[in-house]
Amino acid sequence: MKYQTFLIKYGEIGLKGRNRFIFEDALVRQIKFALKKVDGKFAVYKSQARIYVDCDGEYDYDETVEALQRVFGIVGICPVVRFAEEGFAALKKEVLSHMQEMYSDKEYTFKVESRRANKSYPLNSMEINRDLGEVILEGMPNMTVDVHHPEVLVNVEVRNEVYLYTQVIEGPGGMPVGTNGSAMLLLSGGIDSPVAGYMIAKRGVSLEATYFHAPPYTSERAKQKVVDLAKIVARSAGPIKLNIVNFTDIQLYIYDKCPHDELTIIMRRYMMRIAEHFAKESGCLGLVTGESIGQVASQTMQSLASTNEVCTLPVYRPLIGFDKRDIVEISEKIDTYETSILPFEDCCTIFVAKHPVTKPKLEVIRKSEEKLAEQIDELVATAIETTEVLNVRP
Amino acid sequence: MTVYLDNAATTKAYEEVGDLVRKVMCEEYGNPSSMHSEGMAGEKYVNKGKESLARILKVKEKEIYFTSGGTESDNLALIGGARALSRRGKHLITTCIEHPAVYNAMKYLEEEGFEVTYLPVTGGGQVESATLKEALRDDTILVSVMQVNNEIGTLLNIKELVQTVKEFRADILFHVDGIQGFAKYPFFPAKLGVDLYSLSGHKIHGPKGVGALYIREGAKVRPLLYGGGQQKDMRPGTENVPGIAGLALAAEMLWDNHGEKEARIRSLRNYFIAGLTKLPEVVIHGEKEETSAYILSVGFAGVKSEVLLHGLEEKGIFVSSGSACASNHPAISGVLKAIHTESAYLDSTLRFSFSEETTSEQIDYTLEVLYNIVPLFRKYTRR
Repeated sequence: MKYQTFLIKYGEIGLKGRNRFIFEDALVRQIKFALKKVDGKFAVYKSQARIYVDCDGEYDYDETVEALQRVFGIVGICPVVRFAEEGFAALKKEVLSHMQEMYSDKEYTFKVESRRANKSYPLNSMEINRDLGEVILEGMPNMTVDVHHPEVLVNVEVRNEVYLYTQVIEGPGGMPVGTNGSAMLLLSGGIDSPVAGYMIAKRGVSLEATYFHAPPYTSERAKQKVVDLAKIVARSAGPIKLNIVNFTDIQLYIYDKCPHDELTIIMRRYMMRIAEHFAKESGCLGLVTGESIGQVASQTMQSLASTNEVCTLPVYRPLIGFDKRDIVEISEKIDTYETSILPFEDCCTIFVAKHPVTKPKLEVIRKSEEKLAEQIDELVATAIETTEVLNVRP
Repeated sequence: MTVYLDNAATTKAYEEVGDLVRKVMCEEYGNPSSMHSEGMAGEKYVNKGKESLARILKVKEKEIYFTSGGTESDNLALIGGARALSRRGKHLITTCIEHPAVYNAMKYLEEEGFEVTYLPVTGGGQVESATLKEALRDDTILVSVMQVNNEIGTLLNIKELVQTVKEFRADILFHVDGIQGFAKYPFFPAKLGVDLYSLSGHKIHGPKGVGALYIREGAKVRPLLYGGGQQKDMRPGTENVPGIAGLALAAEMLWDNHGEKEARIRSLRNYFIAGLTKLPEVVIHGEKEETSAYILSVGFAGVKSEVLLHGLEEKGIFVSSGSACASNHPAISGVLKAIHTESAYLDSTLRFSFSEETTSEQIDYTLEVLYNIVPLFRKYTRR
């Protein structure tokens, strides 16, 4: 079957009242972006509260559907057969022949649902439904009508041309990226943070990211892995500006000055501060982390409170109530899992004490940080200055 | 300063090799199987390649078969050899310090129903002939021992081991993985009684993706690939002519004056060892036995090898932790375990491997960097 058009269904955007066009325009933009790398010529446009993707000529159907399935805001993708409008007799013939081609393999229940854009069409939609139903019943003995729960919903729209579609392929849902401001993701090479970024992007938020590396304690490959992860997330989230901060000297300084069981907490507090610096610099409205309560020592309620207090921007933690296996499931679905589990040392693993504090007291941590007073501001300033910035595209 | 001390992982190709490979790819690109003159040009390089390798190994040209590299040569020798002799017996012998290309081929053969004995080694990584003798059985059909260990550099005592095997039974195939030794050390399979010998191009300043297997005339090996009849059906497929040309030229160039080259690198290595021992808690692996001049395995207690590796990298010095092949796996080196290395050094060992481009200035620089960073890293290590 050759489809010349995809009808794009979107859910939540439809509810947005007078802001609707903003969301629709963003969705059109995101669809165009997603189809850039797909073979074929595509026209994406709005028409009468719907979005259409026309693909006349040769194109790769599977790649197209796959690309559309990554666009946040799309609820359903309907592959459409489009043919010329040449009177009702011709329409009946065309619809029947398409139905026979697609649904002759076994018994189906069906229902016809039609719309006409051209109100001067000789039949109204009730009449079209009735007559087409009759034609299908007569021409295809394997079909029976079920108006309540049809297996095949035959949609027919009469416009300048006739649009026929019977399938809805599920989209990712969410909202088009770019409709909800931007946020700064603290991206590590692990399983959680790419998933967290994905989830926030799904709500229409554009992403920036910050990664902390500690050469020579972490390798070039560990850094490449983070870039690769950002690339995968960018397939859905759009281009990501990635800040790569050299954290080694700060880490060593903390190691020299502070109690070792508090290293992780203090380190994370500085990561949050630096990430927030970049966030504010580029107008992000929040920070995003992959934390989930109790997963590791630095993610207990006490630890989260301690790392949280150094920021003024809201910190979004979309995985906060998730179990590891739920996170793994999403990471497999969005294709980051395989990359996340590659075994390279990452920032957190080398300087971890054998028994880190799990219930850090704020006053104690603040006191320990005072021991850093002499050089820490300078070290942080240097880390910010020497940060490498990459624009990661899918 | 850039100091490349990872020549056991791969080497920089000789300029002349690069030029020749380009020429054969872009100018004399004929398929040796074509009947016209362009094809003849291709064939010429394949024949010349056989001639070069045969001369260096002192074997017959028709006993040289080109492959896609060391791994394929080892697989063809072991799997092809075992299958050819499987009616006579099902027992194979190898050592516990072989490269994964041998070790995993043996593991595969176990799945095919063969039984494999993995010989232990001494603290220096040597296989004793008495140990081998004990393992030999009436149904033993193939023995595989490497020429030079890729992680710690031990020169294995092939001569004595072959004798032990052939005295026991002459029709047991003896395979030697010569990837780290070929063209660096004299090795004459026919004189030693070795039936199969694997070598690789990119370890000797040649191209990647090409290698060769010597198969003694009359030794039975079943092919792994089936195709258009090239290389007497032992290894069909259009010959990798540019690769073969490059491999042969590299072998010639490295073999030329190999003794002098080895002696110079040996003295650099000794100089390096002398410098290293000024650091406390440093151990040289495999020193109890004769080792290759080209490979040096050093343990630094209290430093994670990966961290030290990247620390050296920051200063432009490139080395391996354990061996590059084994370090793709997070597991600790099997060879270091096999030679009963103290646990303090297991995860703290680097492999430095040299080439004729290595200079004493590079060694001095490397020592200086190590003197600076080893104490620093020791300070920041969780013990």
